[in-house]
Amino acid sequence: MSSFADYFRNNEAGNTNRNKTSAVIAKERLQILVAYDRMARDRPSYLPSLKQEILDVIRKYVNVDLASVSVRYEQEGNQEILELNIVLPENAGRVLEAALENN
Amino acid sequence: MAKIVVITSGKGGVGKTTTAAAMGMGLAMLGHRTVVIDFDVGLRNLDLIMGCERRVVYDFVNVINGEANLNQALIRDKRCDKLYILPASQTRDKNALTKDGVGQVLEDLGRSYEYVICDSPAGIEHGAMMAMYYADDAIVVTNPEVASVRDSDRMLGILSSKSKRAETDAEPIIEHLLLTRYSPERVVRGEMLSVTDVQEILSLKLLGVIPESQAVLNASNAGVPVILDAESDAGRAYQDTVLRFTGKEVPFRFIEAGKRGFLGRLFGG
Repeated sequence: MSSFADYFRNNEAGNTNRNKTSAVIAKERLQILVAYDRMARDRPSYLPSLKQEILDVIRKYVNVDLASVSVRYEQEGNQEILELNIVLPENAGRVLEAALENN
Repeated sequence: MAKIVVITSGKGGVGKTTTAAAMGMGLAMLGHRTVVIDFDVGLRNLDLIMGCERRVVYDFVNVINGEANLNQALIRDKRCDKLYILPASQTRDKNALTKDGVGQVLEDLGRSYEYVICDSPAGIEHGAMMAMYYADDAIVVTNPEVASVRDSDRMLGILSSKSKRAETDAEPIIEHLLLTRYSPERVVRGEMLSVTDVQEILSLKLLGVIPESQAVLNASNAGVPVILDAESDAGRAYQDTVLRFTGKEVPFRFIEAGKRGFLGRLFGG
């Protein structure tokens, strides 16, 4: 028959963080953080302002917010890839047309 | 030409000045003409750790501004005649250290010294940038603790992009990891990042491991570099570190708890 202690032990096994020592948690957090920092480090410093200016241009026609523009920068060997992804709101097509007609 | 070594970390309070004092004294005791420079303008402390605070007349900024020559500003250590200290200025003008001025002083020192140890201030502001700019080697002082490891990684990024060697496409700065305030007992209990953990995260060559030790505070209280306390674990760990820095193979000590653990076997200590 299982005791209370067993119950809690089994429960803890299912919980990813509780069984780990604090050193293991520290290492995992640092590995993620350092990988992210290093990625950001290699990016050109103009990316944030590029993103803002693109957003300003789009806003002349469509109302989008900063979160709907994503800028990805990757390096593969000698090639640098800049990928822009802009999510337009549902009615963007009509608003865009109207804006273009008015101009 | 002298080897220029920066003692850096990003984070404050991890043991940069303790390390600069120990490395300087250690190299000088091995017979190398060595000078230790305090780059922490406005908050000078190296003189206090080295026990020569009452002998400061002129400082680094006086030399850069031409108000004193190098020989007037350098303080010879009373315990070892191969060791000299160039104290920082207490001025509040952070930009007193100009890139050209620092370069000129390092060039002049390079003619008569074998090692120039640059004790960097914490942070990534002007003083820290000047301390690392001309470096040939960097000793990155890190505590086995999340904030310190992260800041060390940031500093590694700066060393590889903002130093003179990076800007001129020269051979990169040789980077060394010095883990300080290490407590093997806590590592065994899973409460502290291990030597291998930190090495894996930072991918750096390990220069030394200095155990958490009461000797460090005792030494700074007295103004004696802890490396001179040969009875202490920290003192002996710094001696090993200095020998390793000069190219000797020295097994790692003080990284296992009590009896020799798996870390000890791993590093052959």
